[in-house]
Amino acid sequence: MARIHAGHFLSYMQTSTLLITIILLTFAAYYFGRARSVGTSHSVGGVRYLHSLPKYYGYLTSILCGLPALALLLLWNIFEDGAVTQLVVNQLPQEIASLPAGELNLYVNDVKNLVRGNIVSGEIDATIEAAAKHYSSLLALSSKALTVLSLCLAILGGIVGLRLVSPTAPARNRVEKIIKAFLIVCSLIAIFTTVGIVLSVLFEAIRFFDAVPVFSFLFGLEWSPQMAIREDQVGSSGAFGAVPLFAGTFLISLIAMLVAVPIGLMSAIYLSEYADARVRAAAKPALEILAGVPTVVYGFFAALTVAPLVRDLAATAGLHASSESALAAGLVMGIMIIPLISSLSDDVINAVPHAMRDGSLALGATQSETIRRVVIPAALPGIVGGILLAVSRAIGETMIVVMAAGLSANLTANPLESVTTITVQIVTLLVGDQEFDSPKTLAAFALGLMLFVTTLLINIVALHVVRKYREQYE
Amino acid sequence: MSNADEQAAVVDIVTAGLKRRYAAERRFRLFGLLSVVLGFVFLFALFASIISTGYPAFQSTYVQLDIDFDPAILDISASPGSEELSAANYAGLVKHSLRELFPAVKKRRERRSLYQLVSIGAEYELRNRLLTAPSFIGRKEALWLPANDDLDTFMKGGIDRQLPQENRRLSDQQLTWIDALLEAGRIEKRFNTVFFTSGDSREPELAGIKGALLGSFYTLIVTLVLSFPIGIAAAIYLEEFASRSRWTDVIEININNLAAVPSIVFGLLGLAVFINVFDLPRSAPLVGGLVLTLMTLPTIIIASRAALKSVPPSIREAALGVGASRMQMVTHHVLPLALPGMLTGTIIGMARALGESAPLLMIGMVAFIVDVPQSITEPATALPVQIYLWSDSPERAFTEKTSAAIIVLLVFLVVMNSLAVYLRKRFEKRW
Repeated sequence: MARIHAGHFLSYMQTSTLLITIILLTFAAYYFGRARSVGTSHSVGGVRYLHSLPKYYGYLTSILCGLPALALLLLWNIFEDGAVTQLVVNQLPQEIASLPAGELNLYVNDVKNLVRGNIVSGEIDATIEAAAKHYSSLLALSSKALTVLSLCLAILGGIVGLRLVSPTAPARNRVEKIIKAFLIVCSLIAIFTTVGIVLSVLFEAIRFFDAVPVFSFLFGLEWSPQMAIREDQVGSSGAFGAVPLFAGTFLISLIAMLVAVPIGLMSAIYLSEYADARVRAAAKPALEILAGVPTVVYGFFAALTVAPLVRDLAATAGLHASSESALAAGLVMGIMIIPLISSLSDDVINAVPHAMRDGSLALGATQSETIRRVVIPAALPGIVGGILLAVSRAIGETMIVVMAAGLSANLTANPLESVTTITVQIVTLLVGDQEFDSPKTLAAFALGLMLFVTTLLINIVALHVVRKYREQYE
Repeated sequence: MSNADEQAAVVDIVTAGLKRRYAAERRFRLFGLLSVVLGFVFLFALFASIISTGYPAFQSTYVQLDIDFDPAILDISASPGSEELSAANYAGLVKHSLRELFPAVKKRRERRSLYQLVSIGAEYELRNRLLTAPSFIGRKEALWLPANDDLDTFMKGGIDRQLPQENRRLSDQQLTWIDALLEAGRIEKRFNTVFFTSGDSREPELAGIKGALLGSFYTLIVTLVLSFPIGIAAAIYLEEFASRSRWTDVIEININNLAAVPSIVFGLLGLAVFINVFDLPRSAPLVGGLVLTLMTLPTIIIASRAALKSVPPSIREAALGVGASRMQMVTHHVLPLALPGMLTGTIIGMARALGESAPLLMIGMVAFIVDVPQSITEPATALPVQIYLWSDSPERAFTEKTSAAIIVLLVFLVVMNSLAVYLRKRFEKRW
């Protein structure tokens, strides 16, 4: 076993040495390409008669040498394990290969663990030994093939690059074209990310909706995602009605906005309209510290300080508050959102032209009347856009509610009770054991889909409003 | 009515309302001031609560014991090999010295509660000591050894003597022993090095943040290596090369929207794509870094585009005018001028990534991991996730650790943000 383990280690080492070798080859290719261009230039009367500077010939050669080989290395590493596993499964005896997907997966994991020298869950028999041997021999073969192929590709690319070097070859244009292609690919990653989010969440969500009807998910009033371990258990089916989660999310976000909107907006107004420049210069960045504090810190603050405070205050008022009350989580979330609202409102308030203020003041309005009747109405679309962005932030906020809000899905409007939110449920469903064939795990993706769609719609509207408003006064 | 009368009536109306209007003005202004002050109160409360609970964790309590490295107690031969040494009975050493200190304690149950005062970490320390210097065998040394977390909490004032015995974590008897030890000068608080040099542990006095710090470090390295070049490249293309078209509009709206997508959704993406489809290892900083890359890319792209926009067109025109290609214009002239702005944006993005925990929970960087990770493919946690894990623990000693870890995290964030501000101040050019 130790030897097999060492073999795996060796293949890991080979990948990194291979990488270093290829990188060294690309450096060499640069040097040779450059030298060759200088050499060929003698026939046309010197370096200045080359189409491009010598270094561009070097760049081109090294790109041709390194790029295909590195791409191969990357793709190979991504697909190697899957392909090798498939080959091993094909070689397994009929009665094991025809096992259901889950058990087959466990078996394959055992084979891999045996090869890596880890603890194996099942019994080690001759079949699994043979499979492990097969697996490690395939791995060894694969890593040898990779070494040979990628080095050949690198050398071949380098030779092609060198052959392309001639005084008339447009090396610079070619290099620039390649760089531009790289730039385009990088700018497309944002699109790929969005598509990836949509596809991954949608795909699992559709599988969830196969098991649970869309209607009962969207409008069901009961949420208890525990699936039965035994068939005859009480409440064995699990209930996936998401209304309590939507309500909880709404309640906490509402509390947060009730805290953040007045405080954020008023402090933006005060700092931009009343405070003198020095106070503003000091106070604005200080308040923005609140935006830089990680949400996990807010969560801890909510659970450690604010929740007990809320409970004690409620007790003195003769009320009963849960120690995971919606109020505590909402309050702290509001504190987190204050700087978001205040900086966005600050931007739009400052964008209102001064002539409008002057006109109002000249008519005899007091400063606060000017602000309320002229500045705010003029800035309103931008402020609403900012508030919408803050709402989407509150809906998607995770750590504060995970640490300070509850897990039980109560359908209540009482802020002193414990409620749960979409994000809390996603975390509880996915942390720990995941089975991608049970509705319990897939429900998290359905919730993720709801979360993504909701926040996306709000964001699109908000960004549109903010942008349109900005153009109005520019 | 004449014109003059009318004017006088208007003036009357205005003056009558003036008092009310000025009051409204003062009220409005006061509300504004109050909001700002309230913001500061929140900020202060947040920091005060974290720092006041967290600072004691930077100290820990030690107990001085006379350890007799007697081979008979250790249950080893006179000249043991290293294997024999690591399996020796170190708990016996601690127990023996405690029994010598308090010879009156005879009952098994009493003895057990006496032994509880010293941390299990004392055994590990003794073992390390003997493994590095076997010459200690047979000698008797007075050593400072880590105390149990209850004693530690007591020393920091976290346990109230006045409470009835059932309601506190130390019994009356344990308190009398502690008093005796204090009297003899055998209890001392020292700087808590364990907190910075060890990984996670179930025992609060042995738990440290080194594993989480390294996990965060590896994750951030992956994020930086990927997101900095990709973000800059995307910004350069969108700002310098792309012609205004529907397509670039789509990309732009997309990037702005991605910047506002909840971070947990990126975690779902990472789980479904990187772990389930590409079969990358769970809980690994590699996957964490990939997810955080996707999350921070919009921030970096937006900041980099702003930096490119602030380079005046005249520089581009001058470069093109002397015959540079577009690519040469960008790489030789525009990029060097925009780089400080891009770096600032990247550092701010990295600071956000350092504080992010929700997506890391999705990809399994939330497991209890004792070992300090050695590479980007080994299971690890990150600092914010460690904070989340500890905050869940009911023991009071862990609350203290949580706050201390938060302080460390905040220090890192302050350093990173100050660096960004410094870079901006130092290299910002007004054209």
